[in-house]
Amino acid sequence: MNTIPAEYYLILSAILFSLGILGVLLRRNALVVFMSLELMFNAGNLAFITFARMYQTISAQVVVFFVMTVAAAEVAIGLALMVEIFRTKRSIDIDQMNSLKG
Amino acid sequence: MNLTLTDYLTILPAAFVALGGVLLLVVDLFIPQNRKGITALLSAIILAGGLGTNLALGGAAFPAAFNNMIVLDGFAAFSNTVVLASGLAGVALAFQYLRRLNLERSEFYALILFSTSGMLLLNQAYDLIIVFLSVELLSIPLYVLTGLARTVNNSEESALKYFLLGTFASAFLLYGIAMIYGATAHTNLPSVVSAITDQKANPTLLLIGAALIVIGLSFKISAVPFHVWTPDVYQGAPTPVSGWMAVSVKAAGFTILLRLLLMAFPSLSTSLSAVIGGMAALTMILGNLLALVQKNIKRLLAYSSIANVGYLLLAFTAYSNPQIASDALAATLFYLVGYGLTSFAAWAVVTSMEQAEGRGLEIEDFAGLGRKRPLLAAAMAIAMISFTGVPPTLGFWGKFYIFRTAVESGALALALIGLLTSLLSAYYYLRVVVVMYMKPGEPEVTSDPWVNLLAYASAAGTFLLAFFPGSLLDVAARALIKLF
Repeated sequence: MNTIPAEYYLILSAILFSLGILGVLLRRNALVVFMSLELMFNAGNLAFITFARMYQTISAQVVVFFVMTVAAAEVAIGLALMVEIFRTKRSIDIDQMNSLKG
Repeated sequence: MNLTLTDYLTILPAAFVALGGVLLLVVDLFIPQNRKGITALLSAIILAGGLGTNLALGGAAFPAAFNNMIVLDGFAAFSNTVVLASGLAGVALAFQYLRRLNLERSEFYALILFSTSGMLLLNQAYDLIIVFLSVELLSIPLYVLTGLARTVNNSEESALKYFLLGTFASAFLLYGIAMIYGATAHTNLPSVVSAITDQKANPTLLLIGAALIVIGLSFKISAVPFHVWTPDVYQGAPTPVSGWMAVSVKAAGFTILLRLLLMAFPSLSTSLSAVIGGMAALTMILGNLLALVQKNIKRLLAYSSIANVGYLLLAFTAYSNPQIASDALAATLFYLVGYGLTSFAAWAVVTSMEQAEGRGLEIEDFAGLGRKRPLLAAAMAIAMISFTGVPPTLGFWGKFYIFRTAVESGALALALIGLLTSLLSAYYYLRVVVVMYMKPGEPEVTSDPWVNLLAYASAAGTFLLAFFPGSLLDVAARALIKLF
């Protein structure tokens, strides 16, 4: 049976991680930044699953469930914060978050 | 897998605090709105209980529990004590403050407990997955606490900034852990160590993983160049939250960073110690330079905490020099205690000066404090002198021991940078003292018994413990005996 080599998955995961970093650094909408952060988390998950298949262990696959749970908790907090900010500022553009500086 | 009693005893401090937090949320429903002091009292009791169990168990040497996931050694127990004590201090800072500023939301105390349990688990983590989970457990409640004063623009803004950058850091941490797993096929610290010593690990993946983990944790302890969020968050967050997290998050972050680097990755010291040394130098220089120009006291203290992280990072000079590693660890624990006491003295005075969200926080607002409230001003003066590192204060001894380990491990340049930047820091710390005593003014000060008590006790501790530095260092060193 032909299977896709593990390296391909790792390369894909590295690309996803880099795209996530670029998104965080370049995009200005807090929601899009947050989506890029989720991309980085999922790149980590993909790497975990790939290694778990390479080493034939189950424990690293369980880790992914933990990470997904944590990511869900972060979504809840992050979206709540953004809704609050949108109520006061009518915008979630990061460049307008400039009342604190110095 | 069979769980024994020692397994449960090992996580008892963290479990006690976490379960206490859950119960507190429920119990709080039955406490009427005008008697929320009971909630604060209950949270303090839970923290004190956690402290008690930690001190009772800390002396016993348990083997690592839950299949080597969690460990309660002397090192973890010492940091646990720092974290739990600063949790108590945080509750003392917050109680009247929240009521005075109309921020009284009783979830505050439960969130402090949850975050504290995350820090305790981080101190005790023996598996990289536990590291990730406990970092998240400590961070997520902190994001909420930072935005506690919602509808106030500054607080919301700082919460979003902290959230985005904190999650960014967590993503680095997670990817780093995945790489370590890829290199060694384990996430468990002892297994990772044995895979590395048996030369079974892939060196490239290992280095990438360790570097990503260092980046992720450097965000949490706010080392330069990953410090940008710190001043904004400390300024925007409610003052008790800033004061509390300035101490406890750094204690937990340094504990795990030291544990990981000194225990798991000593083989990478040649590649990583130069990077961390550079980070220490940058953190000392930039933290102190940027503090020079601050007018807001919360921002000043934020940059001061960054500068202190720089001094703490000097402990990693022992990284390439294992025979003094335990000296460096003892010096770090000593410094953390001194830094914690000094910080709480300063933040307690700032808390009683703040009259409304963001009002009363310029350094000029402290004018006349020396005449109006001589004791509070004395506490602030001791804190500033201790931050500068002038004897007889704990800050002096902390720097002395840290610089000594740096010199012993041959990092003369770094120790010199530390000395010079300490001299520089005298300018902005002593400016606060000068404003308090020399400038005439009528400061508005609230008299809050708990905050006063905290200010006096921490300042007295900073001053009096400085006469017995050796015995405190002995306590720290004894905590580490079984570590190596």
